[in-house]
Amino acid sequence: MATTAAHPRSGPKLIIEPRLYTPRWLSPVVSVGAIVVALILGGGVIAAVGGDPLAIYAHIARAAFGNLGVFSDTLVIATPLILVGLACSLAFRMKLWNIGAEGQFYMGALGASAVILAGWVPEGTPQPIALGIMALAGIAAGAFWGLIPGLLKAKLKVSEIISTLMMNYIAIQLVNYFVFGVWSDSGFQMSKVFPKMAWLPKLGDYAKEVPLFRGLTTHFGLVFALIAVVIVWYILYRSRWGYEIRLIGDNPRAAEYAGIDIVKNSVLVLVTSGALAGLAGMSEISGVVHRLQGAISSGYGFTGIIIAWLAKLNPIVVILVSVLFGGLILAGREIQPAGVPRLIQGIILFMLIASDVLLRYRVRIARA
Amino acid sequence: MSNVVNAVEMRGIVKRFPGVLANDQVDFDLRAGEIHALLGENGAGKSTLMSVLAGLYKPEAGTIAVRGKPAGFNSPRDAMSRGIGMIHQHFSLIPSQTVTENILLGLDEPRFFLRLPEYDKRMTEIGKRFGMAVSPTAKVWQLSVGEQQRVEILKMLYRGVEVLIMDEPTAVLAPQEIDGLFQTLRAMVADGKSIVFISHKLNEVMRVADRVSVLRQGKVTAAGIKASETSIPELASLMVGRSVIFDFEKKPQTPGEVVLSVDGISATGPKGLPALKNVSFQVRAGEIVGLAGVAGNGQSELAEVLTGLRRSTAGRVHVQGDDVTNHSPLDAIRHRVAHVPEDRTHVGSAPNLSITDNVIMKSYRKAPLANGWSLNYARARQRAEELKTAYSILAPNVDTEARLLSGGNLQRAILSRELSQEPTLLIAMQPTRGLDVGAIEGVQRLLLAQREAGAAILLSSEELEELLALSDRILVMYEGEIAGEVTDGDAEHIGLLMTGGGRASKPDAK
Repeated sequence: MATTAAHPRSGPKLIIEPRLYTPRWLSPVVSVGAIVVALILGGGVIAAVGGDPLAIYAHIARAAFGNLGVFSDTLVIATPLILVGLACSLAFRMKLWNIGAEGQFYMGALGASAVILAGWVPEGTPQPIALGIMALAGIAAGAFWGLIPGLLKAKLKVSEIISTLMMNYIAIQLVNYFVFGVWSDSGFQMSKVFPKMAWLPKLGDYAKEVPLFRGLTTHFGLVFALIAVVIVWYILYRSRWGYEIRLIGDNPRAAEYAGIDIVKNSVLVLVTSGALAGLAGMSEISGVVHRLQGAISSGYGFTGIIIAWLAKLNPIVVILVSVLFGGLILAGREIQPAGVPRLIQGIILFMLIASDVLLRYRVRIARA
Repeated sequence: MSNVVNAVEMRGIVKRFPGVLANDQVDFDLRAGEIHALLGENGAGKSTLMSVLAGLYKPEAGTIAVRGKPAGFNSPRDAMSRGIGMIHQHFSLIPSQTVTENILLGLDEPRFFLRLPEYDKRMTEIGKRFGMAVSPTAKVWQLSVGEQQRVEILKMLYRGVEVLIMDEPTAVLAPQEIDGLFQTLRAMVADGKSIVFISHKLNEVMRVADRVSVLRQGKVTAAGIKASETSIPELASLMVGRSVIFDFEKKPQTPGEVVLSVDGISATGPKGLPALKNVSFQVRAGEIVGLAGVAGNGQSELAEVLTGLRRSTAGRVHVQGDDVTNHSPLDAIRHRVAHVPEDRTHVGSAPNLSITDNVIMKSYRKAPLANGWSLNYARARQRAEELKTAYSILAPNVDTEARLLSGGNLQRAILSRELSQEPTLLIAMQPTRGLDVGAIEGVQRLLLAQREAGAAILLSSEELEELLALSDRILVMYEGEIAGEVTDGDAEHIGLLMTGGGRASKPDAK
């Protein structure tokens, strides 16, 4: 045997090499593995500060998924997350960094509120019609908030990262203007409660017909969200437009070479992304809050960015991730110390992002 | 064993990359004072073997001896300290610095004060000794590619190189520059240095090499045979494992109607400088017009203007009689202008999308793939399967991502997409560049088949032989202009035109 002159080695060695193929089953397996590792690490932290990890995990699970009632509350939080997660997934597919879902959410809420509060939809309008108009108004307002950065990018090459980010603050202040001023309910920083026709029906409303639904908060916005999932999935994987989006996202020069109008598509995708986030705002205002006020989103628009990434921009997976996050957010409100679910959320995020390495690289141990 | 101590001896080199055995028990000997050509197809393991020698890669097994003494290199610096240096295809020079500054970069001397004029003189001296004229005070960005290569060689000589490895050094050079390079290499050999010349161009190897080694799929198929005792056909068959037919039966054909008519086109390049100046020519149905020229003389810009990817500043382009000047790429596609782009990975394909997604790029808008808004993926896959078979694209399946295809297979996928559109005009830019001999032949046959099918073809290639074999006539581009047209296959004349000479002798093309 020749001596390996170029290679003095001792003991086993970790070799990390790029993968040529990534099997389909690997991605879900690695993601579940990452969550398990995150829970173990989180448990270690909890134990270190004197808690009982198993008890706390059980508590979180109960608080988020323990019975029909809390699971229904989890779904209420998951609803806007699904919609903003879709909004981000669609834009990110084209490598358009829409980080303005938060602002588009607020604009959607504002638009949907406006048609009621400004009296354009008179009281006594049949509920489906009123809600339909609110949904369209929310979609239009969100889309408009996506159109502006879209046009800025198309005409003046303004980076959508900056413009969408800045427009978040404008949208939030715009809502505040209406809440403090125009539609302030006798000086309070909120509008008056919408008439019932502007409330999205929730499961609890049907308790008479189905006793099981008593007190359940899940509202019709979830149906909007699921329909939106199907539509976005169809756009991305079964439509010509989706093909163009994926092609531009992967290689804009190839897309240009294939005769695709990148500028037009940037505007269209930002508008559609804004529309989805706007619908989320409408769903939240009409399904949960029932009035316009400040602080209607606990950072849903930004959480949407994380959800889109964790779901690998896959609309179907967005549902799963949103429900998981909904549960963690809910548990964070209900259990003490409230920081624990946040901590676990953070560790899960970290693990999931880190686990991506395993999808792209193969790790093996070689012996010298 | 000979009693002469070899400059380099490599024994049983094994180098693995994920999924590939790049070098499988390779032995290689380099004698002092010889030019040793290392031949092989793309992916045969030539560059890997030499990167091992130059200290860039560590082999999994095997030994290296330099002048009889065992050596193990941990870095290129290690290798350089034993007199071994490698010049890569892509130069590592800093464009904003002078020649001398580039050569001194990374050395211990000079320490603080640069004393550049003194070093400038030394650079000039070394250059003269080996027949290389380079101004030491010139900034690298001002130099031609050939001059930049000379800077790289000077850099090696200044560092005391005894064994110089050159990875496909002629790929970027004009014929006259190639002659200059070969003279320099001979001068170095006469000085007792040794040179490894990595190439897949057989004629050059025959011209310059003393001995030849051939690699195929990581294994040695010929070790140090004398160039004078072999022949191009023999080397070709050693490279590919079967004999390659180089002579095509090009059927005589009378060109038909004018398909592409270019009148006085001018355009600027990526840096805003004029790249095309008043270019006029025509291409008829059923003819291949070759576009010769050293890279960077306007060929790329011309292709972009013709396919709608770049705006022209003057002149008109007609395709089949329609004025398509400065129309969109989509309009070019609608006029059935096929384009095999120069840059396969950055323009011609979407690396992370599947073969299916890549081959429908130009046809997804039309039935049967499109159905109103929606895209019929079952049909798209079926189309991809058909093309994969018809163009022998080697891949596990049509869902394989384009980035996983080898150069030849990616090019076949691109060609399958472009040619299956039954183009009236085909603009093929460097369609065989970087492909191995077998793949080149396949691509060339496809081009000839298109010619017979009546397509008008504009073929740009850096391989003069390829142009001569395939083209009905050849236009030569130099500095954004058509320097001349050659119809008699006079390679020498083309070479002159490519380097800016010989323009008076023949009138401009029409």
